[in-house]
Amino acid sequence: MALLLRGGRVVDPAVGLDEIADIIIRDGVIVEIGPDLTIPKGITIECAEKIVVPGLVDIHTHLREPGFEYKEDIASGTRAAAHGGFTAVCAMPNTSPICDEGSAVRFIVERAAAHGKVRVYPIGTITVASKGAALAEMGDMVAEGAIAFSDDGSGVQDTGMMRLAMDYAKQFGTTILSHCEDESLAGKGVVNEGVVSTRLGLVGWPSAAEEIHVARDIALCELTGCRLHLAHLSTAGSVAMVRSAKERGLPVTCEVTPHHLFLDEDALTPEYNTSLKMNPPLRTAADKEALIAGLIDGTVDAIATDHAPHAVHEKALEFELAPFGSTGLETALSLAMTHLVSRDDFSMSDLVRVMAHGPRSCLGLPTMRLEAGSVADITVIDPEARVEINAPFFESKSSNSAFMGTTLLGKASEVLVGGQFALRNGKVVD
Amino acid sequence: MLSTRHIIDVQDMTVDDINLILDTAESFKEVNERRIKKLPTLRGRTVVNLFLEPSTRTRTSFEIAAKRLSADGINFTASASATVKGESLADTAATLSAMACDLVVIRHKYAGAPRILTQQMDAHIVNGGDGMHQHPTQALLDLFTMREKLGKLEGLRVGIVGDIAHSRVAGSLIPALRMVGATPVVIGPPTLMPARPEVLGAEFVPSLDEALPGLDVAYLLRVQMERAEGMPFPSVREYSRLFGMNSQRVAMLPNHAIVMHPGPMNRGVEISAEVADSERSLVLHQVNSGVAVRMAVMYLLLGGEASGASA
Amino acid sequence: MSYRTKATVMDGEAISRAVTRIAHEILEFNKGAGNLALVGIVTRGASLADILAAKIAEIEGATVPVGTLDISFYRDDLATRLNPEVHRSDIPFDVEGKDVVLVDDVLYTGRTIRSAMDALMDYGRPCSVQLAVLVDRGHRELPIRADYVGKNVPSSRRERVKVYLQSLDGRDAAEILEENHKGGDE
Repeated sequence: MALLLRGGRVVDPAVGLDEIADIIIRDGVIVEIGPDLTIPKGITIECAEKIVVPGLVDIHTHLREPGFEYKEDIASGTRAAAHGGFTAVCAMPNTSPICDEGSAVRFIVERAAAHGKVRVYPIGTITVASKGAALAEMGDMVAEGAIAFSDDGSGVQDTGMMRLAMDYAKQFGTTILSHCEDESLAGKGVVNEGVVSTRLGLVGWPSAAEEIHVARDIALCELTGCRLHLAHLSTAGSVAMVRSAKERGLPVTCEVTPHHLFLDEDALTPEYNTSLKMNPPLRTAADKEALIAGLIDGTVDAIATDHAPHAVHEKALEFELAPFGSTGLETALSLAMTHLVSRDDFSMSDLVRVMAHGPRSCLGLPTMRLEAGSVADITVIDPEARVEINAPFFESKSSNSAFMGTTLLGKASEVLVGGQFALRNGKVVD
Repeated sequence: MLSTRHIIDVQDMTVDDINLILDTAESFKEVNERRIKKLPTLRGRTVVNLFLEPSTRTRTSFEIAAKRLSADGINFTASASATVKGESLADTAATLSAMACDLVVIRHKYAGAPRILTQQMDAHIVNGGDGMHQHPTQALLDLFTMREKLGKLEGLRVGIVGDIAHSRVAGSLIPALRMVGATPVVIGPPTLMPARPEVLGAEFVPSLDEALPGLDVAYLLRVQMERAEGMPFPSVREYSRLFGMNSQRVAMLPNHAIVMHPGPMNRGVEISAEVADSERSLVLHQVNSGVAVRMAVMYLLLGGEASGASA
Repeated sequence: MSYRTKATVMDGEAISRAVTRIAHEILEFNKGAGNLALVGIVTRGASLADILAAKIAEIEGATVPVGTLDISFYRDDLATRLNPEVHRSDIPFDVEGKDVVLVDDVLYTGRTIRSAMDALMDYGRPCSVQLAVLVDRGHRELPIRADYVGKNVPSSRRERVKVYLQSLDGRDAAEILEENHKGGDE
């Protein structure tokens, strides 16, 4: 079956494209890109005033299945991904049972094949049960489809164990994704240590607790040669260390989340809004600016959502008791369109770099380009769509968004995964 | 009338609110000196003491205040509380709301808990201490005591000594002192200071001995000996040597200066027994003022609430 | 709400004469000042009590103990009206066994006096409680009457009766005020 995307602004810096063009897709593959194309029969999608980009990928998603299906499951999480413009997500392993062996990886692969709206790439744990004590069966997991390893949710505390894991992971060519948090420093911290911890009488989680692990893991990357990806960086110091590591040619990549890019600790008021409780916590305005600068100059490779759905009753607790995290899949693109693409120093090509190509290359996922012969994982964006972020907006089972109540400009209207519609006219295809 | 429906955070209040509470408390102080210490003022009103963290002193003070105003007081304490059985605070609040109580005093282990109550119920909420955040009625009774003993608040230099970082008492007292024109100074080891003391508006002086001659009030905080995760100073002995109030240090204070402590005291740690029992120490005075101040808070919150029409 | 004076019902001299007469009546009824005590209701009743005590001292040559009572905490209308300024009550004598004369400026619904009696009882058990007022304007809502009245002043509920005293207002007078706009009393 043929599909024609007609008259859209086609943007892909990987092939030097930013022009109005038509795209013909046949059997899930792009067959031709150029002006004034026609197809004898099939579906034509009018893309005038829209932007056509390589499919977006979120490399940091908590799909919650198995174990926490009341928060999210693979079906609802991938619906949310499609709604937010993503053609693929990487599923974090902190489920129950935890994804620390091949059979758990296979479960996710099979469930995603049956119920997923978009591609799902499982991430396995680094250590057994993410406890940091013994290596998980990485080879077993790679054989079943794991694409990277992470103990996300907590950092690997023991430096020797992290070194062992990085040395071991090298044989598979996979990336170690590090959650940077020194627990002896972060302790029971729930907000950035400084102004907000003092003002609200909450335990602080200092920047140094992240930066010490960033420095350590960069040193281990140098020692072991293992590919290292630093998850959800939140501080100016972390970005500076990654910048210098990249200058030295180390295989280090990193991501930042929309909430760390577009919110800072000043958002936390005596209302104690638990939707703003994140790990790592929201940092200062200066940190936020440093993250954006890192995104612009290429130090930061990817925007990753750290989509962390939680049920209403879980977030409706005392701030110190409520779980960390915000949902992110359905707001990330709109936030980036509203707050980044609107800037003079951030182009649509930059957006494609940090939301489509960057994420894939961080974790070594299959590349995708807007050129003939490429698999048709494509996102179509309506830059003028107004988005009200409220509970009914979400496809996710949870609505614990840090951006609840805001209005954004720009939203995915179509998502094609292997040439099949996951999203059409802004609606998830059932 | 108070400008706020709840007493949760000193910063929600105006200077007029503080003065009104202190002035009203004067009248209640007189009641507490009578033989029959009971007023019919809040007859038929229900005051719930929701104490989800153990506290005998504060709970008793609120309880006496409610009883002296003839309110029906109900105690809901941690050991008996449903939170232990897994009910959330929001559900507890909804339950109390369904029982139509008029005022809830909440003491809770975590900062911000009183806000959860305001979202779930119409009752007036009084913060009886939330985590490391605030304890506004303690600050009010401290101001009351200082005003009573020193005749004014404006211009006073008040040294708050000890564990500022974990103290909700300091969390309320520091902004309250600033609002009434006094100067709070925080004194103690750097490991007991919040990350950014200037955010609270207090000057940090590391040495108690240097600070003493300039103080009108030496306010000693309780050293939290029960802390689980390692002490932030080498020993109680060393703390006492550097920051304990003893007779020699009292002698370094100006003659008019007073010594205060929110209680319960660790005698021989932050305050010597000799100082605690001396004329300079107002510890029991603070407790006495506490009842009057809490009566004033309840009276001002519950009185006149059906108004709106001109008086 | 603003008021304007409709009529002056007592001037300084009339007040002075009334106070003198009340002082005589109190002494006569109680057979002297021996067991007497005066308790004025804040604020004008308290001033009147002082004036009465001075008058009694002048007539009898005896000092009568005087106290003041703030009845804010005893009001029955707390739910709708909060007294913005609460004063300290001050009863510097034991009321137990005394013949106490409550003193107020204007007697109206009787609710203030009921509150005052409740408040007084919390200090002890007087032998008797009597009531002296400068003006009785009627409209009682409770079975309360004054034992000593300066002047009975028929008034409308829509009006206000206001007493001015030298010590507080710089002049002595009792006036009927009426509203400039519509609205309730006080």
